[in-house]
Amino acid sequence: MAVVELEIPARPAYLSLVRLIVDAAVGSLAPGLSVARLDDLKIAVTEACSNAIEAHEAILADGPVVVRCVIDDHQVTVDIVDRGRGFDPDRVETLPAATDPRRLRHESGLGIPLMRTLTDEVAFSLDADGTKVSLTIYRPPS
Amino acid sequence: MQLRTEVVDISGWTVVSVYGELDVATAPDLREQLIELVNQGRSHLVLDLGGIDFLDSTGLGMIVSALKRARTHGGDLRLVCTESRITRLFEITGLDRAVPLLPTVDAAVAGS
Repeated sequence: MAVVELEIPARPAYLSLVRLIVDAAVGSLAPGLSVARLDDLKIAVTEACSNAIEAHEAILADGPVVVRCVIDDHQVTVDIVDRGRGFDPDRVETLPAATDPRRLRHESGLGIPLMRTLTDEVAFSLDADGTKVSLTIYRPPS
Repeated sequence: MQLRTEVVDISGWTVVSVYGELDVATAPDLREQLIELVNQGRSHLVLDLGGIDFLDSTGLGMIVSALKRARTHGGDLRLVCTESRITRLFEITGLDRAVPLLPTVDAAVAGS
């Protein structure tokens, strides 16, 4: 098992760096993962990091946000840990159907559905200190 | 990474070509630019996403916001994108049914 950990200030300017590190770490330590799956993971990680940064901004805290990639023979898991105010993912508003004209009233709320669609497993754990989001994709059999 | 845009007017449409990564770090600048165009009366917008390397939910939300603003001001917003890794996000979120994705700028500015 390999672990690569990155700690960033809770600012949007660091999101691009997170994607670069995840791309390099997972790309080299989990060969065989397709470019498309790695792209999916980077989008999901960006969504989780954006939420973490927003959580820090809500309490005027500057971070850090921890991004930890854990890679074994079967899967890649990226944990995003913040110290902001947690939220309940099950209470995130359900969006109207795409064909419903009311759909266009919603400019936010797309992040968690994207995380759930683009990864194989998503887990949220909340405690008094903040939130941990764990995003997992399965590696193809070698 | 910075977001770069090029703006050109074609057949009554203002075409904004976007290059770079569109996320929570860069979307606010593009949002402001599109608001400014609509405020100038250029509310028929084409957003060419062919130069986008990365798009997330903040970018999608910004596009929905720009679409609503354009329509509120009597215009419209059309998207140009053929990259499957980008178009897939519109399909997953169902936004492709609200904002059709066109293959070329020529197709986007055709018709009224």
